[in-house]
Amino acid sequence: MSGLQRLHVVTGKGGTGKTTVAAALALALAADGRRTLLVEVEGRQGIAQLFETEPLPYEERRIASAPGGGDVFALAIDAEQALLDYLQMFYRMGSAGRALRRLGAIDFVTTIAPGLRDVLLTGKACEAARRQDKHGRHVYDAVVMDAPPTGRITRFLGVNAEVAGLAKAGPIHNHARSVMRVLTSARTAVHLVTLLEDMPVQETVDGVAELREAGLQVGAAVVNMVRPALMDEAELERAAADPAALAAALSAAGLGGASRGARAERLVAPLLRQAREHTERLALERTQRAALARLELPQYELPLLTEGVDLAGLYRLSGELGKQWPL
Amino acid sequence: MSLDTAPRLDADALLDDPQTRIVVCCGAGGVGKTTTAAALGVRAAERGRRVVVLTIDPAKRLAQSMGIDALDNSPRQVEGIEGPGELYAMMLDMKRTFDEIVEAHAEGDRARAILENPFYQSLSAGFAGTQEYMAMEKLGQLRARDSWDLIIVDTPPSRSALDFLDAPKRLGSFLDGRFIRLLTAPAKAGGRAGMKFLNVGMSMMTGTLGKLLGASLLRDVQTFVAAMDTLFGGFRTRAEATYRLLQAPGTAFLVVATPERDALREAAYFVERLEADRMPLAGLVLNRVHESGAAQLSAERALAAAETLDERGVDDAGSGAKSAGAAGTDTASTGGTDTADTTGGTGGTDSTGTEGAAALLRLHAERMQVLAHERRTRDRFAALHPEVPVTQVTALPGDVHDLAGLRDVAELLTAQEAPGA
Repeated sequence: MSGLQRLHVVTGKGGTGKTTVAAALALALAADGRRTLLVEVEGRQGIAQLFETEPLPYEERRIASAPGGGDVFALAIDAEQALLDYLQMFYRMGSAGRALRRLGAIDFVTTIAPGLRDVLLTGKACEAARRQDKHGRHVYDAVVMDAPPTGRITRFLGVNAEVAGLAKAGPIHNHARSVMRVLTSARTAVHLVTLLEDMPVQETVDGVAELREAGLQVGAAVVNMVRPALMDEAELERAAADPAALAAALSAAGLGGASRGARAERLVAPLLRQAREHTERLALERTQRAALARLELPQYELPLLTEGVDLAGLYRLSGELGKQWPL
Repeated sequence: MSLDTAPRLDADALLDDPQTRIVVCCGAGGVGKTTTAAALGVRAAERGRRVVVLTIDPAKRLAQSMGIDALDNSPRQVEGIEGPGELYAMMLDMKRTFDEIVEAHAEGDRARAILENPFYQSLSAGFAGTQEYMAMEKLGQLRARDSWDLIIVDTPPSRSALDFLDAPKRLGSFLDGRFIRLLTAPAKAGGRAGMKFLNVGMSMMTGTLGKLLGASLLRDVQTFVAAMDTLFGGFRTRAEATYRLLQAPGTAFLVVATPERDALREAAYFVERLEADRMPLAGLVLNRVHESGAAQLSAERALAAAETLDERGVDDAGSGAKSAGAAGTDTASTGGTDTADTTGGTGGTDSTGTEGAAALLRLHAERMQVLAHERRTRDRFAALHPEVPVTQVTALPGDVHDLAGLRDVAELLTAQEAPGA
């Protein structure tokens, strides 16, 4: 760990597993007695599902222990609650807040002016990242945010600048500016989760450019669901050149007869077809890796868990991240 | 209940039915909604319908394949359709859609005041939520033009895939909110009795809000809300009309998913929500399903056989020149009932055959594990929703980026036989 308290923002195209990676990262960061907070901002309760717990309330609660005795806390940030919190904390406007809510103003602020909504969500995460106990120690060693997808991330994080521009003075202005200072500082990094497929990689490339242009720090690219390379083109060509030898070998392994039409021989064509699909995919993956390499980001890879990610799988992924990532 | 017993979705029948006027593709992010919508559009057009596909955020190459990579917010005809129908496609430009509403419903100066209002600019450029409203608005517009007999809509990649269903309701409750009425009170409040209360409320509100937002933002918001006031009414009416349109018999919802836990969980949620909202569900499109031409060989058996071959490979390397003879003997002895077959084959294996076969078997084992996982996930969905018709689309190694590719996807989508069955 660099010593800096850090806010890790994890984004990625839909379907790339950003919630899983965010959770694995929070676990890895909590290893060896540290304490992390994993926050979600989209009201999807993805964290609760992943950790196989009850839906998370708007409250920081411990949801897992990390290897070597650390703690992962989780929080589902709700914009309306965050606004009331904020009014209470900074202006002691608890009762005015309730009045605003009765009038529908809270609804207004968090729904139709969703820019303010995003400020509240990022603001809460920044607050947790900066929070100190009475001895001046940081309450969390790191905060990991399961953020909106790549297509919306720059806007989501950059909205503070926009809102600060809209509200030219006043507390919201100041709040938005201070959140922006944290987000653009070296203490915050945005990590992008991708698969080795065309669209997710393209979105990652575009996302990195946008983030950098907006002055946000890009941390790492996490390639998720990497499948093992079991056969390369040369091996496939050698094997395919002699189908009879393949049939004989399959037969020798006890899979039936090798002569034409017998069980082992009938396996050869479909198995070769699968292998061709495999090498075709590997070739596409090479193109994608090359595109990612041009981003010049640290790159970490997580394997595809064929069985899907359960709690045990999550710990395995967190172990993988911990091995590769100097946290 | 497993997927094999689930009714099969007949997508061609759905597309061919002249009663079908709107098809909405919805589902979690990253499951291939846009590709599905585009493929269905190509299919329907080539089968004779006059179709428009409304996409929200297509991948660059997919947009190019349909010639809609230029953003002009209006449908363009897609070249290269082979058949009696026509295909149009468009990509939603939400800011432009919003601007057009303003221009259509407010006069010169007033329209300009709105368009130049910083609050409006920020709202229309794409805060979360705007896209959903605008998608609904555009759908309503396309339907009202009545130039197409089938509209296929791809839904926005929302934080929750259901946001677009809630858009009209949210807009309605927002417009009916007391807060808006307070903000617009000076313009609206006519009655003397209400006036006093509103003024008291108003000064408290502006005081608190001014403190919070800063006075200039509040002024911008007030100007904006006042200027938009008349517009909002029409907006809400249209959003509600579109919502009702979605419940009407001419509409069909297709839930799109991949055989992954999260995507299918979202799909199940969607199915329930559509039912609750009395929206007509046509079925589930399951994308990226894996199959195998050698499904009779289990993963366990394939791995065991690969290990057997590995051991032979080591033996071969150790025994050098003897290997051919040894292989022959082994083959004969392990061939069991197929002995005659085996000896009638090539007469032996070389080490390339052995290594190659072992690698092929490992690949196959991995494929079968994927298949088994997908099957379990799908069966869980089918158990929850046995009544939902399903169609499956086999996983393709690369991405689709031309009409031929879309045609292939449509072929798989509409095939009446389950792949690999």
